[in-house]
Amino acid sequence: MIRFVYADQLSLYPLLADSMFKDRAAQFRDRLDWEVTVDENGWEVDEYDRLNPLYIIWENAEGRHGGSVRIMPTVGRIMTNEHFLDLTGGVTIRSPLIWECTRFCLAPDAPVGVAAALLAAGVELGLRFGLEQALGVIYAKTIPIYRRIGSVPEIIGMKGEGADRIAVGLWPVSVEARAEISRKAGIPLSVIARWFDASFPARIAEERLAA
Amino acid sequence: METARLEALLERLQTTKSIDELQVWAHELRDFFGVTHVFYHTASLKSEQVGAFTYSLEWARHYIDKDYRSIDPVVLGAQRRFHPMDWKTLDWSSPAARAMMREAMAHGLGNQGWSVPIWGPHGEFALFCLNHTTDDASWETFTRKNGKDILVVSHLMHEQAMRIINKEMDEPTAELSPRERETLTQLSLGQSRAEVADALQISENTLRAYIDSARHKLGALNVTHAVALALARGIIVPTGALPKY
Repeated sequence: MIRFVYADQLSLYPLLADSMFKDRAAQFRDRLDWEVTVDENGWEVDEYDRLNPLYIIWENAEGRHGGSVRIMPTVGRIMTNEHFLDLTGGVTIRSPLIWECTRFCLAPDAPVGVAAALLAAGVELGLRFGLEQALGVIYAKTIPIYRRIGSVPEIIGMKGEGADRIAVGLWPVSVEARAEISRKAGIPLSVIARWFDASFPARIAEERLAA
Repeated sequence: METARLEALLERLQTTKSIDELQVWAHELRDFFGVTHVFYHTASLKSEQVGAFTYSLEWARHYIDKDYRSIDPVVLGAQRRFHPMDWKTLDWSSPAARAMMREAMAHGLGNQGWSVPIWGPHGEFALFCLNHTTDDASWETFTRKNGKDILVVSHLMHEQAMRIINKEMDEPTAELSPRERETLTQLSLGQSRAEVADALQISENTLRAYIDSARHKLGALNVTHAVALALARGIIVPTGALPKY
């Protein structure tokens, strides 16, 4: 299942958090050889993790991390504007209608479908909060994966060579995009909606407020 | 026309030169949305708090005297979050918080609310709220219909408050990159988005992001509005016309 968890709520899910940051170390340091910082716990954590981002996390049956992505509003501090301005034609992307997604990560043993679930959850999140687009920094070689899932990013710019090629892209947040991912991955829209509803509190009744 | 009214209101916003004027503008925004109250507060910016609100000064003073900020679920709920939130999804489990809400209502506040936490690039935090008196179903319909406008307007009000606090009195212009100016110029010539994207050799999605960033920086509601503002301020010049001196 998918959980939406702010950084300051991660302590409620110690196993999930521990396995997520370790899987991030395994992906970004070990497999992709990025220059990332891994702390004494074996966690890959950067400066943006300290700004209380929102994580979309796939939790497997044992309560462990299966995949995740990190979300931040582009009106605040974001990685794209601080590190990848050369990839956006010099345009600082700042809008309350665009949120940034970074550190897209899959556990080494992640089953097929986790990537699609994360993207579907991301589009659901955006639709619920009135957003229009998602901005992301990804590995260029992963673009075909997104295409297969049915979530086609528009690439603004790329840099680097070969396996190290990094891209900044934009993903549409729309009912159509959600439907396409749902159809290709076979995840019913009702399931996607339930993930969101389980993570964000529901409205309480009037009587309880007045009590 | 609802949209035209909101565009005019946002242009008016940029003429406010003081927090007092922003306070007057908050009343205009309240009338536009047809809600009970509108309020905007920064959190200890430059060690002083700035607010523009439509509720009574009496309630504002009472709130400060009682230090309700430390128990108010609206403040506590938004402080570490960045998604818009309905007040009834907040944690009202504390009796003190519910007592405060009853007092607020006795001072003329409504039973419903919608908050937008606002985070700036330097870590500054502000809170924008709409407050209204209505039943749950009507409120849900209202926030669903206006959610996007509220998100846009709240951030533009924050940008203006920042300009006032930092004493930047010029209308926002300087931040536009050459790419954004080019995009707006092409659109001002009546070209479709597809044509502009083609001319600039970028995708339509990329174009949308450029336009939306420019819209935010100009304080505009939508694309047409952004183009109109950019033309009016001489940021872009229609082809054939002489540049402004």
